Amino acid sequence: MNRFAKLGLAAALALGLAAATGARAADEPNNDGHGLTPSRQSWSFAGPFGAFDQAQVQRGFQVFREVCAVCHSARNLSFRNLSQEGGPEFTEGQVKALAAEYQIKDGPNDAGEMFERQGRPADRFPWNYPNAEAAKATLGALPPDLSVMAKARSYSRGFPMFLLDAVIQYQEHGVDYVYALLNGYSNPKDLNHNDYFPGGKIAMAKPLTDGQVDYTDGSPKTVQQYSKDVSSFLMWMAEPKLEERKHTGFKVMAFLILFAGLLYLTKKKIWADAH
Amino acid sequence: MSGPSTFVPKSALGRWFESRLPLGGLIHSSFIVYPTPRNLNYWWTFGGILSFMLVAQIVTGIVLAMHYTPHVDYAFLSVEHIMRDVNWGWLIRYAHANGASMFFVAVYIHMFRGLYYGSYKAPREILWILGVIIYLLMMATGFMGYVLPWGQMSFWGATVITNLFSAIPLVGDAITTWLWGGYSVDNPTLNRFFSLHFLLPFMIAGVVVLHVWALHVVGQNNPDGIEVKNTERDTLSFTPYATGKDSFALVCFMIFYAWFVFYTPNFLGHADNYIEANPLSTPAHIVPEWYYLPFYAILRAVPSKLGGVTLMFSAIVVLAFLPWLDTSRVRSAKYRPMYKVFFWAFVAACIGLGYLGAQPPEGGYVIAARLLTVYYFGFFIIIMPLLGLFETPKPLPASIADAVLGKGGLAAAQH
Repeated sequence: MNRFAKLGLAAALALGLAAATGARAADEPNNDGHGLTPSRQSWSFAGPFGAFDQAQVQRGFQVFREVCAVCHSARNLSFRNLSQEGGPEFTEGQVKALAAEYQIKDGPNDAGEMFERQGRPADRFPWNYPNAEAAKATLGALPPDLSVMAKARSYSRGFPMFLLDAVIQYQEHGVDYVYALLNGYSNPKDLNHNDYFPGGKIAMAKPLTDGQVDYTDGSPKTVQQYSKDVSSFLMWMAEPKLEERKHTGFKVMAFLILFAGLLYLTKKKIWADAH
Repeated sequence: MSGPSTFVPKSALGRWFESRLPLGGLIHSSFIVYPTPRNLNYWWTFGGILSFMLVAQIVTGIVLAMHYTPHVDYAFLSVEHIMRDVNWGWLIRYAHANGASMFFVAVYIHMFRGLYYGSYKAPREILWILGVIIYLLMMATGFMGYVLPWGQMSFWGATVITNLFSAIPLVGDAITTWLWGGYSVDNPTLNRFFSLHFLLPFMIAGVVVLHVWALHVVGQNNPDGIEVKNTERDTLSFTPYATGKDSFALVCFMIFYAWFVFYTPNFLGHADNYIEANPLSTPAHIVPEWYYLPFYAILRAVPSKLGGVTLMFSAIVVLAFLPWLDTSRVRSAKYRPMYKVFFWAFVAACIGLGYLGAQPPEGGYVIAARLLTVYYFGFFIIIMPLLGLFETPKPLPASIADAVLGKGGLAAAQH
């Protein structure tokens, strides 16, 4: 059993002992099975000039690595991504050192054998389980891959908000849902109860408790802070080119609007004698 | 409208080439001197916008095909590979995915414009029917394209739609198995959908050539729906007038397009499609792309499967018969006070059906969908034939020039 499984066991024990904070007994999940509607959070990466809060995404990675990754995979994440622009932006040295902490299964070599070697930045972030069957056998259910989780969940905004969302550029439905879910364990007696999960019962028992992850930058060690940070990290992992996209978008928009203005004047001049 | 080209190249080499293949003359007569009615409004710029969208989809699509893997084990991952590791891959993929929606936005405006101004009426029947064929091909292309990322909606959408064919009596199941290449949507299905998704846009391009050809034979319809009587007075040359106006409209449309690509790229998609296809887990609601929703609502409005499928396909096929269903001698709704009301009610019904297509098929939603379905078909097969007999149209202007310039337009046009 590797150290991540041990850590997971420790986390589970800690969870069992922890007193639930932020209980929301007043907000009973509704009975139609959809769960409560998440509330909108303020995110640094929202809006046309949105960008990731580097320190937050770094903390989020710490939570992800120490808590989420115990069970969940992130098969689209490579170590090298962690030093790319527009994300946690760890230094290349840090990423190299981080990757080296992991043993990666490689092969087959010239003898036809699989072997383990030290991780490299080019490696994918390894999963704690060799395959889905093994994860299911240990955990009882298959934890979904988290690579694009922040885009793979949503909630209904109803009419007319679902139309207005395109105008106000609200697209953080997924992150808001994840954040709400991580804060939605309102029943200290039932750690699988979640206000925001459809049906109110979630296979993932309350994963975060206060003080569980040791932040070194003085940020509060609370479930709320952890979930905010890790949600932010999940958004980056789901959309690592988000900043580049919005930067490029501004340039494209500025160009197109200017171009449209010039074309309008040209058209006006051409048509001046036709009416 | 078209006659022998008067185009004479300036250079000797040009003249040598032109006398062997009159390419310059074709371009000259089609895109330079081609006469366009001088009363065209901005709704007429969507033909050009659609040509741009077709090219944009083909160009982005060809680049995506270089990096995509049509295999059930790799398709989903290869799309993420494009998003993360391919240079500008995120831009190309988002431009392509949102481009499909923009293509449909433009085509729906184009179609409603034709419906409002009677552009399907003689002598433009073939032009219109070619348009219906393009639309059908677009629907097939869009559907198969949505399957390729192999997310949950891809898989279950494909399952629902291909299953429709099993409603055909006797041979239904055999046809479905043949479409799938097996006994369920699986790797062979994904493979053939990829192949066809690559092929169909070029077929669309071919029909577009015919569509434009037919257009250039009969000439454009116009907001007043009256034929060009005097080319000099009633029309303006394609260049610079139409090209100038179309370019401006196109760039405005590109601003709209860019908004989605850069700022809300997943708004028009479904979150479930970021979950890899899983044949063992059915999503709570299977919802097709927004541009199919009205037809999806019609499909589900009928309690019998065969009936629903028949009605859904009829909803598209009926468009091809429009030129003969509409009995009015006046083309443009501008001069048809009653048709105008029924037309806008029809637009509202289509939007309503679109909304209902995204709702669960239960209770009041189904009743509403049935009522709107009745209106959808009633508009084409009852209202349109009868209206021509009972409606009194407003008097038409004597000519296009009169409509634009008022009386005395002759002097203004010839200054």
